[in-house]
Amino acid sequence: MKRKKDFAPFISSLAAIVCGLIIGFIILILSNPTEAVAGFVTILTGSLTHGTKGVGQVLYYATPLILCGLSVGFAFKTGLFNIGGSGQFLMGAFGAVVIGLTCPQLGPFQWVVGLLFAILLGAIWGAIPGILKAYFNVNEVITCIMLNYVSLFWVNMTVKGSKVLFNALRNESKDIPKVATLPKLGFDVIFDGSSVNSGIIIAILVAILLYIILEKTTFGYELKACGLNKNASKYAGINENRSIVYSMVIAGAIAGLAGGIMLLSGTGRHIEIKDVIPSEGFNGISVALLGVSNPIGVIFSGLFIAYLTAGGFYLQLFHFSKEIIDIIVAVIIYFSAFALIIKKFLERYNEKKKDKEYNLIGNKGA
Amino acid sequence: MGNNANENYAIEMKNITLSFNKKIANDNVTLRLRKGEVHALLGENGAGKSTLMNVLFGLYKADSGEIYVNGKKEVIDNAVTANKLGIGMVHQHFKLVHNFTILENIVLGVEETHLGLLKLADARKRVVELCNKYHFDLDPDAKIEDITVGMQQRTEILKMLFRNNDIMIFDEPTAVLTPQEIREFMTIVKNLKAEGKSILFISHKLDEIKEVADRCTILRKGKCIATVDVDKVSKEELSEMMVGRKVNLKVDKAPAKPGNVVLEVRHLSVAGERGHKDKVRDVSFDVRAGEIVCIAGIDGNGQSELIKGITGTKPLKSGTIKIDGQDFTHKSIRYKNTHGISHIPEDRHRDGLILDYDMEKNMVLQEYFEKRFSHSGFLKEKEIAEYTDELIDEYDIRSMAGGTSIVRNMSGGNQQKIIIAREMTKEHKLMIAVQPTRGLDVGAIEYIHKSIVKQRDMGIGVLLVSFELEEVMNLADRILVMFEGEIVAEFTDIQNLDLNELGLYMAGGKRMNMKEVA
Repeated sequence: MKRKKDFAPFISSLAAIVCGLIIGFIILILSNPTEAVAGFVTILTGSLTHGTKGVGQVLYYATPLILCGLSVGFAFKTGLFNIGGSGQFLMGAFGAVVIGLTCPQLGPFQWVVGLLFAILLGAIWGAIPGILKAYFNVNEVITCIMLNYVSLFWVNMTVKGSKVLFNALRNESKDIPKVATLPKLGFDVIFDGSSVNSGIIIAILVAILLYIILEKTTFGYELKACGLNKNASKYAGINENRSIVYSMVIAGAIAGLAGGIMLLSGTGRHIEIKDVIPSEGFNGISVALLGVSNPIGVIFSGLFIAYLTAGGFYLQLFHFSKEIIDIIVAVIIYFSAFALIIKKFLERYNEKKKDKEYNLIGNKGA
Repeated sequence: MGNNANENYAIEMKNITLSFNKKIANDNVTLRLRKGEVHALLGENGAGKSTLMNVLFGLYKADSGEIYVNGKKEVIDNAVTANKLGIGMVHQHFKLVHNFTILENIVLGVEETHLGLLKLADARKRVVELCNKYHFDLDPDAKIEDITVGMQQRTEILKMLFRNNDIMIFDEPTAVLTPQEIREFMTIVKNLKAEGKSILFISHKLDEIKEVADRCTILRKGKCIATVDVDKVSKEELSEMMVGRKVNLKVDKAPAKPGNVVLEVRHLSVAGERGHKDKVRDVSFDVRAGEIVCIAGIDGNGQSELIKGITGTKPLKSGTIKIDGQDFTHKSIRYKNTHGISHIPEDRHRDGLILDYDMEKNMVLQEYFEKRFSHSGFLKEKEIAEYTDELIDEYDIRSMAGGTSIVRNMSGGNQQKIIIAREMTKEHKLMIAVQPTRGLDVGAIEYIHKSIVKQRDMGIGVLLVSFELEEVMNLADRILVMFEGEIVAEFTDIQNLDLNELGLYMAGGKRMNMKEVA
């Protein structure tokens, strides 16, 4: 039995990237024509200017992007829109900070427990919209957005109110002691001077795990079935409500893990007491879209966006503001959403044609 | 051009050819509708009838061919143009706004306004006049959701009359009507003809064509087979021209040998939408092993809700369900699926299939978790693929890429075969089939009917819900008639059953005393 792989999503993402880059180039020309070409080259290669350090930074930036992309993408597969990744991320970050600052007695396991606690808090933060959606039919988008704010203010309040956690001088959480941070796994040697650590390995392992769950297990079969056709799932006796809750719990856990990893990276990341929701959860939406929610695709889209972001920093050398890279990424996402629509449209069109063909052939001996 | 354009024709579609991706949907089809005649367009599903109509309404553009309306060559690129030319159509599924009144529906799109406000008085006068002229018993202020399907159809006809359409196209107009309503509809068609309207009547029901049509054009596989004078051909000849071979319209089956009671339903009620009355009211009946029990009735009289109540996708208000003597009332859907109930659902796209999954995954939709197909939470892909291939062979399911074909890309008949294969192969004692042949062509219908009879002969109890009287009469060993949520009649002697009598029960004109069942 031959298995044909469907490359359409891959091609549509690639097309989106090319279109996004072209528009980006046009923006560069408009804002500073003389240095546009140099700027564009920088976007494409800037990450590599410092050799292995640059590569290491890309991997470091990619870690939360991949994990948040997985979180959003996994929920997408079950037909849910997890826009609460940021809140779950923040809860995870908080969980990691608490363990990192208060449990030195855990020794070498401190970071492990920290991540597990981050996963737990993220999962709880995902479970709430899941339960509300499944049993009270409350739209998960609304509850997710509201929980983002709840987590923001609750974490701010708690960190600020705690002598153990709060660094009043810098208005942020205290530094995590080095012993509590994630192991470097020798990455600091390979990618000398960069912030990369074992987090990227964890992210990739999670992606592979999710891929296996979705494609190979009965559990994934049920989750995807619910996402694709609620009625048929019900007809097949699948417990749809349970699937919704599980899916949101897993999505929340992954976003929480991302928060935990970032805070335990030992790279100077803190919980800052600001009224700003961390952007990671929202970036995850872009990553998931570009990776068409496929866990393996998300690894690459996360790496790609991290690569552009890292290169974008160097744009400042050419008197461009580094926000231009955000615009380019945004344009790429726009196009990838657009490409999806075109793909859907093409599929419909083909389908219609095929319908006609089949009808002509009929069901009797042709 | 204008070569032999004939003013005697209301519509002349000449040499229409239209192909999709090298597959020809209409191959040099010529259709001539004379002024003032009733012309039937006969063909199986997929013969190209709707494609031809879509060309006429400008939804598809023909590769070649010309359209003349009243002798003048016209280019019709959308439905509005068609309307301006006086062509109106009643679709199989009416295009009415349900919470609007009849009058509002009629003026919709051509409403006159004064200072931005609706001016309905003139329109009302005209509608009442038209109603009187054609003897339509309609209240212009009744809401669509409150009137019968037959009345809705008359509203659609009024819509065309109101717009002064002289050319009227009816797409399978009798599919949703009771025998009585069908008779009334035939009278209306005859009246319209007497008024000089030209009528195109799309159908695959030979009786109706014989009764009302003057001429008939037969399409088969996109080709125009013939245009005949209806009174010069027999029904058998028509059907042979349509299908291209002799068709056994009757299902061969031996008398049923009913065994033990497989399904026992007692005092079952299913609640309606909030505030509405119950959809199913105190229904009791049995299905025995080796018999086909058919629930007849007009769509929307609680049949769907009854089946959903039995299979568990809708909560019961009261009542009990037993399978083989075991109480199933409060069992989960999964338990019912795995302990004796097979179910071919009414809407295969909505309920029966996950269209974006491939055929393999759909084939195990009810069983993917069983030991046979999974091992500690992992799907056994090889076993699933082999199982699917077996069923593909056995049920002759056609697709582009075998088991890995995405179901969405398959034809309706083959999609239905997936469900049939899955539900018939799975271990079961009761087979519930709702409208199993809806939208399929004669060949597929024949196949599915045979399969259902085979199930019965294997000793399975079959509960069949169908809105097609022909199907009911062909398959049933026993008929229960449902009207407004209740079972109002039971017939056991199908051979000598009078269709008119059955129709009366279906329309609520008569009821038996059913208490003795319980």
